[in-house]
Amino acid sequence: MDDMDRRILRQLQAEPTLINAELAERVGMTPATCARRLEKLRESGIYQGQRAVINWAALGYEVEVSLRVTLDKTEARAFDEFTAQARKIPEVIELQTFLGQVDVRLSVLARDMKHYQQLYRTKILILPHIADIEALMHIAEIKTSRGLPL
Amino acid sequence: MSFAPDDMDFAILRALSQDATLAAGAIGRRLGLSQPATWRRVKRLEEEGILAGRKLQLNAEALGFGVTVFLGIKLATKGRVSLDDFERAITAIPEVQSVQHVLGLYDYRVRVVARDIADFERVLRRRMMTLPGVGNIEANVLLSEERLSGPLG
Repeated sequence: MDDMDRRILRQLQAEPTLINAELAERVGMTPATCARRLEKLRESGIYQGQRAVINWAALGYEVEVSLRVTLDKTEARAFDEFTAQARKIPEVIELQTFLGQVDVRLSVLARDMKHYQQLYRTKILILPHIADIEALMHIAEIKTSRGLPL
Repeated sequence: MSFAPDDMDFAILRALSQDATLAAGAIGRRLGLSQPATWRRVKRLEEEGILAGRKLQLNAEALGFGVTVFLGIKLATKGRVSLDDFERAITAIPEVQSVQHVLGLYDYRVRVVARDIADFERVLRRRMMTLPGVGNIEANVLLSEERLSGPLG
């Protein structure tokens, strides 16, 4: 991992659809060298591929809620059992675990507030070992992830 | 919504949300669809704004970013300091990966990357605590993260 590798990733991060020839030109390498370096970054697990970004609002999901969950820590299996069940809910798009005041955070999508209320009652509140739950409702995305400051 | 994606569209979305570099031909073969038919569907999903670009998956730790922290920030002086000033200032910090305006216990939810805990402390003290109008800050260190495919059919 050197400055040239960083330069490749920086360009690709800014514009993932770049084809190798364009990428090579931007970083000032021959296409062959550029492709070889990218392949090496892939092999070493640094570059893990690309995922499509899905605009959920365009699919009719207008509501996104961040649920911060504190678990009952007297139960040794609380973490595993909670995450295993939460993973099965299709509307859960993100599952994060933390060190701090929050144990687990779920990002939940809903079509509207009525749908959210229904999800919350029938799918979220029945998850095992919840000690406390707190909701943050997304109003706007101010800065979307532009990736790492390489 | 005039355009209603069908099961085949959802299958395409599922495939692309795993690997966005898949060519139309490769997706089509998997789903029993011709290359041109798959390509037209992908194009349509893009035009409808459902496919909204691609994101690189990088191993942050291998690149030297060992710590990811989520901050819950409450503004102290709402009304006096404009939200615009705060948002402009926080967006300009390179370690800040994403900022969401939220409703609830906090006003903003912020994702920050740092090299290690000492580096995070530097970012917190020098950059975050000096932001215009900032009040209470809660920090939670990320241990693990899973992105699920979501309600795709």
